[in-house]
Amino acid sequence: MINQPKVSSALPASSIKTVVGENGLWARTGRVLMYLFLGIGAFVSLFPFYFMFIAATHTSSEVLRTPPNLLPGSYLFDNLTKLIKDVGFDQAIYNSILIAVIFTVASMTVSSLAGFAFAKYKFKGSNFVFGAFLLTLMIPAPVTYVPLFKLMTPDGNPFGLNWLGTLQAVILPGLASPFGIFLMRQSMRALPDELLDAGRIDGTGEFEMFWKIVLPVMRPTLAALAIFTFMTQWNSFFWPLVAQVKTIPTAISALRGSSIIDYGGIMTGTSLSVLPILIIFLLMQREFISGALAGSVKG
Amino acid sequence: MARSPAVAATRPRFGFPRLSRKVAPYVFIAPAVILFLLFMVYPIIYSFILSFQTQNDDGDLVFNGLANYQRLLGDSKFFQALGNTVLILVVQVPIQLSLAMLLAVLLNSKYLRWRGFFRAVYFLPAITALAAVSIVFLILFQDNNGFVNYVLSLLGLGPISWSRDPFWNQVLIILAITWRWTGYNMVIYLSGLQGIPGDIYESASVDGASRLTQFFRLTLPLMRPIILFTTIFSTIGTLQLFDESYLLTRGGPSDATLTVGAYLYRVAFQRADFPYASTIAYGLLVIILVLSIIQLRVGDREV
Repeated sequence: MINQPKVSSALPASSIKTVVGENGLWARTGRVLMYLFLGIGAFVSLFPFYFMFIAATHTSSEVLRTPPNLLPGSYLFDNLTKLIKDVGFDQAIYNSILIAVIFTVASMTVSSLAGFAFAKYKFKGSNFVFGAFLLTLMIPAPVTYVPLFKLMTPDGNPFGLNWLGTLQAVILPGLASPFGIFLMRQSMRALPDELLDAGRIDGTGEFEMFWKIVLPVMRPTLAALAIFTFMTQWNSFFWPLVAQVKTIPTAISALRGSSIIDYGGIMTGTSLSVLPILIIFLLMQREFISGALAGSVKG
Repeated sequence: MARSPAVAATRPRFGFPRLSRKVAPYVFIAPAVILFLLFMVYPIIYSFILSFQTQNDDGDLVFNGLANYQRLLGDSKFFQALGNTVLILVVQVPIQLSLAMLLAVLLNSKYLRWRGFFRAVYFLPAITALAAVSIVFLILFQDNNGFVNYVLSLLGLGPISWSRDPFWNQVLIILAITWRWTGYNMVIYLSGLQGIPGDIYESASVDGASRLTQFFRLTLPLMRPIILFTTIFSTIGTLQLFDESYLLTRGGPSDATLTVGAYLYRVAFQRADFPYASTIAYGLLVIILVLSIIQLRVGDREV
């Protein structure tokens, strides 16, 4: 942005125009600077991605060469084979996909059902329960880590669970997301009550109504929330690390300092982590952005 | 409720469970409530109890009053971690949010072409796994033969000892967080800016207000709620920082980038000192609450 200079009124009007007008010198310089700045920013944003994908096709010595090799190499297949054969990376990919898909579907179901009840029914305790959900939005997650971990181990566990290393240890704890419930409730409140009453007069059951009338209308919100949930789960690192489940992020972390896999191989692993989300992002950018914006009004 | 039997008979039922209007909401919230009690309420309460207990010589947990909290107040490692975290917070959050605002204002300019392209590119880092990003940064910022040090050497600078010098280790972690989150905040700001009606600026221009004056007198006050939200959100996120500290710097040289989150992980899952880890978690809770309340107060007062 250019701060327009004060121009002496003694100058003829036409010359003022050529200096400060829309295509004047100042405006043009400003635009050049703007594109330059945005271009540098775009480069900084994108370069780590480019570097990562290129490094995935090289060996360590190429990755750390001076000057660096920024052209694709021929080791991608070798790196991939090593990752799968030597450290069982395919297991991590399989777990990551399974966890993210099951978590997203289950979490959407739980959130939209509860959101529907809070938005469209009057029932005893509704305000109290909803308030309790909202209250936990303010409690930082670390408070729950130790008890959740103990809950997964047979030692000192009131429920007798032995879940360390299992998929349900990663999937179940975060399913009832207060944020998801809140978001679904907010958007379902906009549904006209007449729509539901008409269904009731037609003899439609409450659950059938939720499934056939409410969910189809909620599709845009569900899509944004689903993408946001899938991405968060796919990228999640801390809890799978603690629950000792091999996902792509925890497998990458274990490769750090490994003597079996070199930097080229690690970059192949990180590329496998980033690529699926990148593709979904390019296809469904609008849902991604509205998911991020939904997150910003959760307060 | 009156139902027409003819309609009910011709409609295929697909085996949907039939619920009365009274029972339905309880059935609908049941899964959420059960999961919530088991995985949220129980841990919050148990963790609180645990924070007042210690393990005796037999390995049993016994109540020990405020002993853990006294230990926390005298724990120099905790305060070092808290100091590191607060340092990252007070340096990184203002840089990140100012940069996000600058980018949002530029992207909102009516002269800009390829707005969608820039918005997508700046948002990209926010969709990546921190685990992946941390390792990429680790390689880019290698002390020897790293790409960044190579570029610096072309400019006649460096080499910088990113992993061994505590100061540069902190710079590294701040750069990584800024890269990851600036675009995310920019998208939030941009959507706020697009909600401001253009005629406000037009009348300001007529009154002779410069672009810079318009930004400080009009844009910033109108954006206050959004700025306040992103500040609190970034503060809470930074105070819980773990992935970058654990993966990118491993706590850094002499724990220069050990964060509270990473220290909690160390106490809980490497030393298995569960009671004390719960105390640290509740200490963190108090700090987050106090900071959020202060930010809300300050944010409100300046209206």
